[in-house]
Amino acid sequence: MNIIKKIFMKSPSRPLDYHRRWPLRTILICTLIFLYAPIFTLIAFSFNDSKRNIVWHGFTLKYYEKAFANAELMLAFGNSLAIALFSTLISIVLGSLAAYTLWRFRFPGKAAYEGVMVLPVVVPEICMGVAMMAFIARTGWPQDVPWPLNLGAITIAHIAFCFPFAAIVIRARLQSFNRELAESAHDLGAGEFQVFRDIILPHMRPGIIAGGLLAFTLSLDDFVITFFTSGPNSVTFPVKIYSMMRFSVTPEVNAASTVLIIFTIALTAIALRLQYRSQMTEQVK
Amino acid sequence: MLAQNEPIIRLKGVSKFFGAACAVDNVSLDVMRGEFFALVGPSGCGKTTLLRMLAGFETPDTGNLFIDGRDMTGVRANRRPVNLVFQSYAIFPHMSVAENVGYGLKIAGLARDEIMARTAEVLRLVKLTGQEKKHPGQLSGGQRQRVALARALVMRPAVLLLDEPLSALDARLREAMQLELVHLQKTVGITFLIVTHDQSEALSMADRIAVMDQGAICQVASPGELYEAPNCRFVADFIGKINLFEGAAAMHGKDRIRINSAILGEVELTGAARGAVTLAVRPEKIRISCEPQTLLDIIQVRGRVSDIAYYGGYSSVFIDIGAAQPLMADIMNAEQNGMRNVTPGDNVYCSWRAADTLLLTG
Repeated sequence: MNIIKKIFMKSPSRPLDYHRRWPLRTILICTLIFLYAPIFTLIAFSFNDSKRNIVWHGFTLKYYEKAFANAELMLAFGNSLAIALFSTLISIVLGSLAAYTLWRFRFPGKAAYEGVMVLPVVVPEICMGVAMMAFIARTGWPQDVPWPLNLGAITIAHIAFCFPFAAIVIRARLQSFNRELAESAHDLGAGEFQVFRDIILPHMRPGIIAGGLLAFTLSLDDFVITFFTSGPNSVTFPVKIYSMMRFSVTPEVNAASTVLIIFTIALTAIALRLQYRSQMTEQVK
Repeated sequence: MLAQNEPIIRLKGVSKFFGAACAVDNVSLDVMRGEFFALVGPSGCGKTTLLRMLAGFETPDTGNLFIDGRDMTGVRANRRPVNLVFQSYAIFPHMSVAENVGYGLKIAGLARDEIMARTAEVLRLVKLTGQEKKHPGQLSGGQRQRVALARALVMRPAVLLLDEPLSALDARLREAMQLELVHLQKTVGITFLIVTHDQSEALSMADRIAVMDQGAICQVASPGELYEAPNCRFVADFIGKINLFEGAAAMHGKDRIRINSAILGEVELTGAARGAVTLAVRPEKIRISCEPQTLLDIIQVRGRVSDIAYYGGYSSVFIDIGAAQPLMADIMNAEQNGMRNVTPGDNVYCSWRAADTLLLTG
């Protein structure tokens, strides 16, 4: 009875119940459809038992098997993971150092440095890509070296655009640091390095993890910059998918893309969770 | 013992400027070994800057400071034999209570067993035994304060510096902690230097108090002396409640002066002064009566009760005597003297012994 009442006898909408008025409702539903329908279609058709991505024929996992059996695709996936791992590690080290320097010290040209540092965030990716290609073509990076050294050129390019993101996140985290904590440790006998290691670094940790995950996902699914810097022996996952698509959009591509989506979502979820946890401890404080 | 009388802190002509503003103005001060010493003053008077200079977080622009006989010029905060309890407590949020307290000892390179033993000992002292494993987020404000105290005390500093340690606690807890701090100080025998803006806190806790105003020290004295014999108008006004009257003094005989005051009329006191003076009287020295008093050597003024503030044990009666500020008189509610029934609008006589009047020239 209650449920029937709820459905048929709607209570009048209250002032802030915007979502219950039809114009906004329409916009909301449209937005959700345009945002998520392609993604869900892609995932659904990765299980489609048909060579072409148009009509649903039946459930199968064979394209996942096919994707995992595709040596070139797997090599590209391995390349992507290796590049993401290295560029993340180096990005968080550089990002932490940059963030700490900007937070801790005053020096001439600080504002200019801060501006230049975030340039890769605002410069269009295509420009970064062309610039990186020109740079690497000029300086050269050996292509015939053993894996993973042949990924050096792409890794350097990825660090260049990932590290500002890491630095920004860590810098924001440091902003909430209570400087009396550092003074207090200093007062108890700790030197500059011990204060950093014991007090400031633990405070930075959630920012470092979040920044690292951000850098990781950015690097993992980057296409434009990678496309311009990758050689024939250093193809990454997104670039490989693109080249597969040029022949035909098979469910194999869907399967591979689904794996990438799940990977990225899992990492984002971890990042959000860590951010949330650190916010909670802050509130307890 | 000679060492006992040596100052543990000696400031010599210490000044500190922030830009053009003078935060500490040529301060010289001695704090004796084993003392509970308080620095009081309104906010912005430079007391916290002075404390931070002692801790090593600020460097004086002029002058020298000595701790335990050693000149502290160029000695960094982590090498000084003092520890500071911060106003915000500054407890490390990612460490447990025991880790917080043991941090300084760990940095000093002590063995694990000794760190454990000394941590346990100091936690017992501040009544936090059994809370070792808790994290700061799980502690109440009072408990966090004790952790901050324990963390500094465990270092056995020559001087423990406390920056407004009780200001974040509620009134009831604050009073309990005041007593506890005094007991603690007597137990450990360490010199305490506390900074507070709360004069009643300083009066109730300290052995000696320095009153600061605008970067300079006005008076250094015991609580009783500060209250009963302030050396200037600022100290009289800042410490406790007081009624002030302006007047012009002239010598009258060898050691008597005659003061002409617009409110009090002509008043004769023992002392020596000339020119503009301020007469002051504490509210609890004033008697209120319906009839004029006929005693000798009293000062008497007539007025009308304007307000009564009831505080339980005593009441403050505000009497309009034609001055800008009403006269404030405290009456104990325990006294069954018939004056308990004063009500606003009553015409009363306020009188006090001339000897209870403070003569302020500064």
